[in-house]
Amino acid sequence: MSNATDALILGIETSGSRVGCAIGNATSVLAARESAKPRWHAESLVPQIAEVIAEVDASAKDINVIAVDVGPGLYTGIRVGITTAITMAHVLNPAMVAVTSWELVAHAVSSSLDYSSEQSERIDVVLDARRGEVFHAAFATELQPIGKPSVSDPVALATELSAIAPTTHLVGEGVALYQDVFDQAGFNTENALFYPSAESTIGLACAALENGKTNNIADIKPLYLRAPDAKIIKT
Amino acid sequence: MTSTKQTLSSGANRVLGIETSCDETAVAVVESAKLVRSSVVSSQVDLHARYGGVVPEVASRAHVELILPVLTAALDEADLALSDVDAIAATHGPGLVGALLVGVSAAKALALVCDIPYVGVNHLEAHLYAAFLDDGGADLQLPMVVLLVSGGHTMLVLMEDHLRYQILGSTCDDAAGEAFDKVARLLDLGYPGGPVIDRISSDGDPKAIAFPRAMVNAGWDFSFSGLKTAVANYLRKTPNANPADVAASFQEAVVDVLLEKARRAAHHHAVNTICLAGGVAANSRLRARTKQMCAAEGLSALIPNRAMCTDNAAMVAAVAWHRLNADGPTPLSDGANPSLTLPSYASAQRVNEDLETVGAVPVGPDVRRNRPRRFGLS
Repeated sequence: MSNATDALILGIETSGSRVGCAIGNATSVLAARESAKPRWHAESLVPQIAEVIAEVDASAKDINVIAVDVGPGLYTGIRVGITTAITMAHVLNPAMVAVTSWELVAHAVSSSLDYSSEQSERIDVVLDARRGEVFHAAFATELQPIGKPSVSDPVALATELSAIAPTTHLVGEGVALYQDVFDQAGFNTENALFYPSAESTIGLACAALENGKTNNIADIKPLYLRAPDAKIIKT
Repeated sequence: MTSTKQTLSSGANRVLGIETSCDETAVAVVESAKLVRSSVVSSQVDLHARYGGVVPEVASRAHVELILPVLTAALDEADLALSDVDAIAATHGPGLVGALLVGVSAAKALALVCDIPYVGVNHLEAHLYAAFLDDGGADLQLPMVVLLVSGGHTMLVLMEDHLRYQILGSTCDDAAGEAFDKVARLLDLGYPGGPVIDRISSDGDPKAIAFPRAMVNAGWDFSFSGLKTAVANYLRKTPNANPADVAASFQEAVVDVLLEKARRAAHHHAVNTICLAGGVAANSRLRARTKQMCAAEGLSALIPNRAMCTDNAAMVAAVAWHRLNADGPTPLSDGANPSLTLPSYASAQRVNEDLETVGAVPVGPDVRRNRPRRFGLS
């Protein structure tokens, strides 16, 4: 396999209502697409991948790394992204990198122009988990994870994190959705709206390659964080 | 952009099919819509049995885990590599949307990286083609009347020619297979109901209880929900009923109605062949009585082997070969349609005539009218 600096990376992000993919290398994102049609995962993704590959004058066989968002997020979207990624990988045999939706948001924040690491000690990412709940994960400013991710009630989460409110950068779709709750708990909820993006998969994939943290195809599994809603009947 | 706009060249005939519309993850390789090089089916039935039926989210999750192992197994069994395959097909409806999208996504990814055509296949149309994959399939004469009976569908179809169908009748309520599942539940026999009712019926008397034969002489449509209710009422009034007699009598009522309509349809349309398709076509009683009835009526019975009746990917690959040659590849921008219907030649023609009378552009009897659309997502 190519070394980290000249590897061609395909990134796939389908965990939210947007659908996107990007192609890039260690230096930059070379091409990217994001669907204007929300939740059009299965329709949009493969044509988008064909477009970004063509835009950089490459062919699918040139892809050295596939990075994919494994969730949490929309189940169907995640399945479309992962199935596409692992099936392509089954033929192309690239290095695989599984990234989470939280990491993608944290990466987008840390690489944004406004972000100054001196302002906060950590990044707390809060995503909409539906059913009145949120998915939460925390990162240090160099994107090392802090503690364990969780699914929780937004009020409980705001209370739990209120002690660190002044020192964290609270971001993600879940913050905007429950802005009142987080405002009341003393968080600064301005400039909180960052989404997972396909462009961020490229940056995270580069970091994973540098640190030797690549995955096998079999390791790429959806991060559902909830069991299916079905009752087991007596047998 | 990677082009998938080519059609099959004359020598190219190997299609890899993928089926994930419900609770079976299946991959097959078929040559020229006839020769099955491999057909691998991974059933999730044990996974769903504890829930008493197929749970869509459980099925979708299992498909993601199984798709690559089943793909690998199908290529190994065929002793082929992906580079030996000329087109990739997947069921794109009808079915469970989350489940369908796993197969569709895998198929489109393969078509992209292998640079070969993708074909989205109608699951109902695939069932009609299962018969062509069997021993008798090579000499199969059209037209024929097909009794398509499964857990999700009950249809009487006149197959006039390749890719040309008239839906003569379908169920007004429960599918025949659904009735088997519900009656099995009433008898505490577990899930799925089809095989277990088939099994215990062999020890029962099919004439023990006179369950209703709904709509047997009325039109071409079917109704099975009243039969299920009749079984429930009978069991309530007869607590010591012999389950084998109940199962056998219920099964006989279903078979009677299915065969009477198929028989009349064959005579009405002057067709000499009756073909069974779908999961319920694996039922021993239906198979045996179809043979008897056809022999008595001077018709020929086409009964595919059981593995081709239940969901499989060989039938998907078979239809794809015909569709690819007739219509060309499906665009990679197509998704899945959970409520796709069988493209009915007769109704398409009617639409055409209606449009012509109002001066619109005729649409033609084209399956592409039924292009997949998307509905709710989890």
